[in-house]
Amino acid sequence: MSPLHIQQGSSKHSAYDLRDPNSEVLERHTLAVIVANEPGVLARVIGLFSGRGYNIESLTVAETDHKGHRSRITIVTVGTPQVIEQIKAQLGRIVPVHEVHDLTVEGASVERELALLKVEGKGDARIEALRLAEIFRANVVDSTLESFVFEMTGAPSKIDAFADLMRPLGLCEIARTGVAALARGGAA
Amino acid sequence: MSQQTNAAQMTGAKMVVQALKDQGVEVVFGYPGGAVLPIYDELFQQNEIRHILVRHEQGATHMAEGYARSTGKPGVVLVTSGPGATNAVTGLTDALMDSIPLVVISGQVPTFLIGTDGFQEADTVGITRPCTKNNWLVKDPDNLAETIHQAFHVATTGRPGPVLVDIPKDVQFADGTYTPPQKAKVDHYQPRVKGDIAAITALVELIEQAERPVFYTGGGVINSGPAACQLLCELADSTGFPVTSTLMGLGAYPASGKNWLGMLGMHGLYEANMAMHDCDLMINVGARFDDRITGRVNAFSPHSTKAHIDIDPSSVNKVIRVDLPIIGDVGHVLEDLLRIWKSRGRKTNKEGLAKWRSQIEEWKAVNCLAYKGSDSIIKPQYAMQRLEALTKGRDRYITTEVGQHQMWAAQFLHFDAPNRWMTSGGLGTMGYGLPASIGVQVAHPDALVINVAGEASWLMNMQEMGTAVQFRAPVKQFILNNERLGMVRQWQQLLHGERYSHSWSESLPDFVKLAEAFGCKGIKVDHPDQLDDAIMEMINYDGPVIFDCLVEKHENCLPMIPSGNAHNDMLLPSDDVRAITGAGAALV
Ligand SMILES: Cc1cc2nc3c(=O)[nH]c(=O)nc-3n(C[C@H](O)[C@H](O)[C@H](O)COP(=O)(O)OP(=O)(O)OC[C@H]3O[C@@H](n4cnc5c(N)ncnc54)[C@H](O)[C@@H]3O)c2cc1C
Ligand SMILES: Cc1ncc(C[n+]2csc(CCOP(=O)(O)OP(=O)(O)O)c2C)c(N)n1
Repeated sequence: MSPLHIQQGSSKHSAYDLRDPNSEVLERHTLAVIVANEPGVLARVIGLFSGRGYNIESLTVAETDHKGHRSRITIVTVGTPQVIEQIKAQLGRIVPVHEVHDLTVEGASVERELALLKVEGKGDARIEALRLAEIFRANVVDSTLESFVFEMTGAPSKIDAFADLMRPLGLCEIARTGVAALARGGAA
Repeated sequence: MSQQTNAAQMTGAKMVVQALKDQGVEVVFGYPGGAVLPIYDELFQQNEIRHILVRHEQGATHMAEGYARSTGKPGVVLVTSGPGATNAVTGLTDALMDSIPLVVISGQVPTFLIGTDGFQEADTVGITRPCTKNNWLVKDPDNLAETIHQAFHVATTGRPGPVLVDIPKDVQFADGTYTPPQKAKVDHYQPRVKGDIAAITALVELIEQAERPVFYTGGGVINSGPAACQLLCELADSTGFPVTSTLMGLGAYPASGKNWLGMLGMHGLYEANMAMHDCDLMINVGARFDDRITGRVNAFSPHSTKAHIDIDPSSVNKVIRVDLPIIGDVGHVLEDLLRIWKSRGRKTNKEGLAKWRSQIEEWKAVNCLAYKGSDSIIKPQYAMQRLEALTKGRDRYITTEVGQHQMWAAQFLHFDAPNRWMTSGGLGTMGYGLPASIGVQVAHPDALVINVAGEASWLMNMQEMGTAVQFRAPVKQFILNNERLGMVRQWQQLLHGERYSHSWSESLPDFVKLAEAFGCKGIKVDHPDQLDDAIMEMINYDGPVIFDCLVEKHENCLPMIPSGNAHNDMLLPSDDVRAITGAGAALV
């Protein structure tokens, strides 16, 4: 933008936010999409991604404001900077979408995911699983003589690492919620 | 009226009609069926809203598009559940691609049958989600009126587009409270219309310095309205910058204007495409860098600074990276732009512009629309030239079907005002033109409305001639009959080794007899000497006419930028027609 003396971010609109325009490098972005909690909104958002060939790495949704009928959809997506800009603009023009935040560029944020992991085993493997769970601060939420269900919350990478360690120890099932994320600091 | 209806209790069906009246709707294009009978019953008992009974729901949607594009008002469609709604899908998609405001109301099976595969049940909101700007299934009669008002708001605000409201039959029967338009909540959807002043000022600076500027204008100028078109003219004429337009923007800047370059793009004019390629400042006003325009993206206008005025942020940087995006409504942005440019002393680079103009004159001299005339066969271009000459200056509206004839119409007919050219650009829907012409005629009963058609496209919705006759819409169907799917044939000639796979029209009807069967007039002409008289006969006939104009069968539509080529690499009429090979052959 420099030759034209337009301040970067001189508008809230994503079109002005021209980071590294021609980069072909894939970036991972976490988007928080605040939508009216009405039927079909989620289908519209998902349809946008499938219809235009964008990636969804993870997607979570739940009502967050019952009185105001708002839901928050958190989407982790991967694309070139140009594709990420398009995704935000396309999301922004869906009529029941109220706000689109790119948590990856709007300053620091925290991201957490919850996972439940079922590990089956006996003897040393079982003891080792429990020991590693302590190190990773995973909780035991169910146990039988031959299995544990661990609950853990953390960044997706931490859950990946824990799951990798549990695999040889008898990991047989895993359920993950996908990422929930918030910007750090006070109200935006 | 609205006082009286405040907080009024009424049935859902009555609310639909009341809401349409309160929205100022004068005409509805529709087709009845079980799931909308309560609404039809209400229509029967009133006289304010006119209902045009179509012959196929696709026809209704294109009529509504023609109505909308020629008036600037939303077009309204009423269809039944299941097949009624699925028949509307092509028109919805067409309207979405071309930014046409439509409000489609569909009946649905009663709420208690939804999900049971009930008779004529279809997941209408599911099917139409990707082809509407927004859609709603209304399950509570108390929400019905508000939803319809919101639907009108969404269809006509920001970038216009089609919306659909699906109404189960039990909701039409049930009583509820009517919400008048003033009380409907629409505040959430308010796209920004004012452009960023810093960005607009930056554009003024570029305008002051540019040596080789060009305005690249599109359908967004028409969407913005006649005032925006007026501002565009003022800006172009006071700066002296040349103007080219997309297919969708024809008429926003007058074709008789001194800065007019003609249409650009795949079948656009040589001078327009060369100006786009060589310019140093491109000002995109309400156009979306469609692939018919850009040709090969990495060879697109390599030396220019690009500014883009558009109301939809998703249109910006979608295809072509621009240097200066301005998000806002064309009318609002041009108003600010003109004001700032004038207040800074109306500066332009006079020397640079003079050179640029003489360069453009050289390109014009190529005469890219030249064609070989004939004494014995009607050339399609000649037919267009005669139609232009004989209808010029009349209160004229043109619609088209899709194919070569559409491009010849765009090249040879001239539009001096907006909203007089209705064509299916984005979706390229064969079968659009005939119903669209009826929609236009319904809105402008005394005007001369002509559909420039190819015989193959025309057959796709020819049942609507019945609608034209029934409602006394004196539309003129000007068919350039080459007995070929001409545009397909042309691509097969250029791209597929002249293997003409299924691209001819066989077993065509006798169009004159067909006209008589419909109860209108048929005219057939096959010799250039008879053409003028025949056109005059068509114009002077008080009623619908099917005009069968037998033209040269193998004419190619030129100039042409083959897919995958750069703007300055066009096929011109003077070139030997050569085969298209390489990467471009895979493109559409
Ligand atoms: C057989 C065939 C051949 C074709 N060949 C050509 C060709 O040679 N040349 C050609 O030009 N086209 C051609 N087309 C048409 C082409 O496919 C596109 O439909 C057309 O180029 C798009 O026009 P547009 O860019 O003006 O965009 P539109 O589809 O009209 O979009 C309008 C743009 O303006 C914006 N907008 C809307 N309202 C406003 C507002 N109030 N303020 C600001 N912005 C607004 C929208 O967001 C959008 O970005 C052809 C089509 C067919 C079927
Ligand atoms: C519904 C639909 N089907 C197929 C096409 C592909 N197509 C584009 S142009 C064309 C041929 C049109 O022939 P005609 O209407 O006779 O016009 P001409 O090109 O001969 O002027 C076809 C088949 C289309 N645009 N729309």
